Amino acid sequence: MNWGSAAAFFEMGGYGLYVWGSYGVAVLLMAVEPVLVRRRHQRALRDAARMNPGSETQS
Amino acid sequence: MNSPSLRLYTFAAPSRFYQLSGWLVPWFWAATILLTAAGLYIGFFVAPTDATQGDSYRIIFLHVPAAWMSMVLYVVMAFWAGIGWAFNARLSSMVARAIAPTGAMFTFLALWSGAFWGKPTWGAWWVWDARLTSELILLFLYLGYIALVNAIDDVRRADQAGALLALVGSVNVPIIYFSVKWWNTLHQGATVSMTAAPKMASTMLTAMLIMSFAFWAYAFAVVFTRTRAIVIEREAHAGWVAELTRGRMQA
Repeated sequence: MNWGSAAAFFEMGGYGLYVWGSYGVAVLLMAVEPVLVRRRHQRALRDAARMNPGSETQS
Repeated sequence: MNSPSLRLYTFAAPSRFYQLSGWLVPWFWAATILLTAAGLYIGFFVAPTDATQGDSYRIIFLHVPAAWMSMVLYVVMAFWAGIGWAFNARLSSMVARAIAPTGAMFTFLALWSGAFWGKPTWGAWWVWDARLTSELILLFLYLGYIALVNAIDDVRRADQAGALLALVGSVNVPIIYFSVKWWNTLHQGATVSMTAAPKMASTMLTAMLIMSFAFWAYAFAVVFTRTRAIVIEREAHAGWVAELTRGRMQA
């Protein structure tokens, strides 16, 4: 175990700004991108359903 | 061209991909989460503090995998764009388009984490070093590809123009990779090499490799989902999509 306390962990031996500054942006981007692609997929399915009106009533 | 069997074949490929990828994506997400948790745990709690760089070196577990992905994804994108152009394979072109935003995202992350690592170790956020500059050009190639394919209304023509740009731009990838050998760069040499023993502690190497696999899994999950969206967008009028959306309406 490298860290005596939570504070020491966040301090990162004085490099907190740099370590968390890079990981923070990575977390942000890699959380937002999946949401955006999922929305695009849902929108494509909705638009396709609207474009194929017959398919809605066939059932 | 209009023979029924050929038409069936050309329509079957994206629909089969859609089905298969829909089954695979949740597994890629599970792998992403497990590998990221394991990689970060080893990287932050098992790997020791570096003797010369202190804890700033821990950026490596993000920086190197992101930089690898930025180059690998570009090669894969150019490959599928080229296949789509040469063989008129629509799904290949869709995959190429789906890769571009994720590749650009990893390129940005490599540059960003590099800046946040360069500042404490070199004293500068940015230098016009061969490695950094060629990686920045990679970002512009991704953005140029995305802008180009979206600027042309005719979808297949856009695919072809994009393929040309992607293939010509792929000359930049070996330049990035070998830049630290060909020029005197501030950026350090290769971290992992096929021909030399690892220059880092094994726990550090393990964390970096696990994070690379995590990013691979992430890239598969996101690129497959985006390809699925593109398939539906382009094939909205195909019979199988109507079938699919009907099932969706009932559900």
